[in-house]
Amino acid sequence: MSRLAPGHRGCAGCCDAMAANFVLEAVGDDAIVVNPTGCLEVMTTPYPESAWEVPWIHSLFENTASVASGIEAALRALGRKGDTKVIAMGGDGATVDIGIRGISGAFERGDDITYVCIDNEAYMNTGVQRSGATPFNASTSTSPPGSQSFGNSRPKKNMPAIIVAHGSPYVATTSISYPKDMMRKVKKAADIEGATYIHAHAPCATGWRFDTSKTVEIGKLAVETALWPLYEMEDGEITSARKVKKPKPVEEYLKAQGRFKHLFTMEGGKEEISKIQDIADWNVEHYGLL
Amino acid sequence: MSGKMTVVEGSYAVAHSVKVCRPNVISAYPITPQTHIVEDLSQFMADGKIPNCEYINVESEFSALSALVGASAAGARTYSSTSSQGLELMHEVLFNASGMRLPIVMTVVNRAVSAPISIWNDHQDSISQRDTGWIQLYAENIQEMSDMTAQSFKIAEDKDVMLPAMVCMDGFILSHVFEPVILLEQELTDEFLPTYDPEHVLDTRNPLSFGTFADPSAYTEFRYLQQKGMDVALGKIEKAAEDFKTIFGRYFGGLIEPYMAEDAEILLMAMGSVVGTIKDVIDKARSQGIKVGLIKVRTFRPFPVEVIRSAVSDAAIVVTLDKNISVGLNEGALFTEVKSCLYNSDINVPVMGFMLGHGGRDIPMSTIQMIIDKAAQAIKSGIKVESEYADLRGELL
Repeated sequence: MSRLAPGHRGCAGCCDAMAANFVLEAVGDDAIVVNPTGCLEVMTTPYPESAWEVPWIHSLFENTASVASGIEAALRALGRKGDTKVIAMGGDGATVDIGIRGISGAFERGDDITYVCIDNEAYMNTGVQRSGATPFNASTSTSPPGSQSFGNSRPKKNMPAIIVAHGSPYVATTSISYPKDMMRKVKKAADIEGATYIHAHAPCATGWRFDTSKTVEIGKLAVETALWPLYEMEDGEITSARKVKKPKPVEEYLKAQGRFKHLFTMEGGKEEISKIQDIADWNVEHYGLL
Repeated sequence: MSGKMTVVEGSYAVAHSVKVCRPNVISAYPITPQTHIVEDLSQFMADGKIPNCEYINVESEFSALSALVGASAAGARTYSSTSSQGLELMHEVLFNASGMRLPIVMTVVNRAVSAPISIWNDHQDSISQRDTGWIQLYAENIQEMSDMTAQSFKIAEDKDVMLPAMVCMDGFILSHVFEPVILLEQELTDEFLPTYDPEHVLDTRNPLSFGTFADPSAYTEFRYLQQKGMDVALGKIEKAAEDFKTIFGRYFGGLIEPYMAEDAEILLMAMGSVVGTIKDVIDKARSQGIKVGLIKVRTFRPFPVEVIRSAVSDAAIVVTLDKNISVGLNEGALFTEVKSCLYNSDINVPVMGFMLGHGGRDIPMSTIQMIIDKAAQAIKSGIKVESEYADLRGELL
């Protein structure tokens, strides 16, 4: 039985709904979920309704980790901790940008929480503005291509590395296109004591501009082109990486999405695509994907 | 009834009060002049003197209050303390805590706000948060602050109130001064303050959703009900002071405390530690036959409109003293609020406003005396200037 009830207001092909379902499936009934402001919060809790079958709280945009820390401390102080998991689940903007301070605090303290970043690579709830997790050259409403621009000018912020630098015992990347991988990692993270982190790649049909039936397919292409490596890091060391035997050229991933369409029509686009290929090649090398 | 007096620093007295109130989660970030409170609480924690409590050392005031939002929603009795910039940084979370009806208690050690940066006392920090839906209480001295801290938990956690509370004490003037006080006894505090037992908590045995999204069809009613909670709090604040008196034998007033006010022609109004100075000046003026009195405002939110109306109705003039300014209106908050609650009433008492003591500027008895003289003049010849600074240094302008 799903712990995220049907009837929520998510778009067709919504990555957030899939991510939430996988997380809840992995952690079970004995969990308290914290959400920041964002699509997931808005679409699941239009008062007086709620899609959540577990205790759930939304406070603000930038304080998800801190709220989770407070809940965890309260459960301990009140003698109610038991096996209850405290799960923070936020979008990329809430995680890598506006909420990073509170996350840093929680991971430095090592509070017993699991933070899951659902990364759809832009501020989707406000209309697809760029975030620190938006990939290089992606077109968003605040990083549009033009005569002076190919889109977003910087590569994605490496949030898992930042978390690793805090001394977290378990950091893993995953993708909603690999439900078994995601559920295994979320469960593992939740079972490990201390502050653990999951960064889940999550294609958004609305923001990335692809057909709503293609969410899973696009996510797989990100992994198969090595633009989104799936790995685990335990106590600072890479302990597993999903192999990509023959990485597909990045064009296959880029051409399937409206947000990269301009790279195929603009003068100089080819060189820009080769820079994106360089990112994939670096991933193959760095994470040992072959 | 309690008894034994000891000489302690104001911050220690507050930390002690928090300890005997048995909090479950404390979270704070250091800022002058709040630091001694959180240092004392940290020592209590290190010595195992606060049972069933977790202290979260956070990376900012924003997270301090955010952690308490989570902790309070999970059913914990929660406490924080801050000052000035720290309180301003919490601004967004303040609305969130009150909107979710979480009875967090926080000591605000009042300090001026930057720029220019100043570590010294005025009330601009807490006054700037008056519309955030928090109860705001102001203490005159360390004993009152000590007692008010315990009262605030009882008021905030009342099932018909369920609102967070700020208990305000003047930075340095109260936080860093040593005075003889009666520290709250554990046994009496347990008798006074029941265990926190909220109706709605985050609990996996009974899943509930907190902080949901309200569209225009429901939002208004949430705000309306917050105000209803404030209305109820008026009576609960007075009740808490009375209950406290029964158990501890001390009473500093409920919503307000009148001093020589009954037959006063000139009625001063103020909040916080300056009240002590004002009382001394009144004693002196009374010995010279001047009919001057004081209304100490203990409760700024909810604003005790009816109580203030009846307290000032027989005066010839009301004079407010404010350690804050609304820049652009040139008024202190007490002045604005008192005028506002008299308008449309059948009470026709003129009101004069003085702003003073900003950024820690000392308020000597002579400044209060000058204000009384100006008020006496205004009774005879009318108010010339409605609202002005009482202690400007003209030579700097």
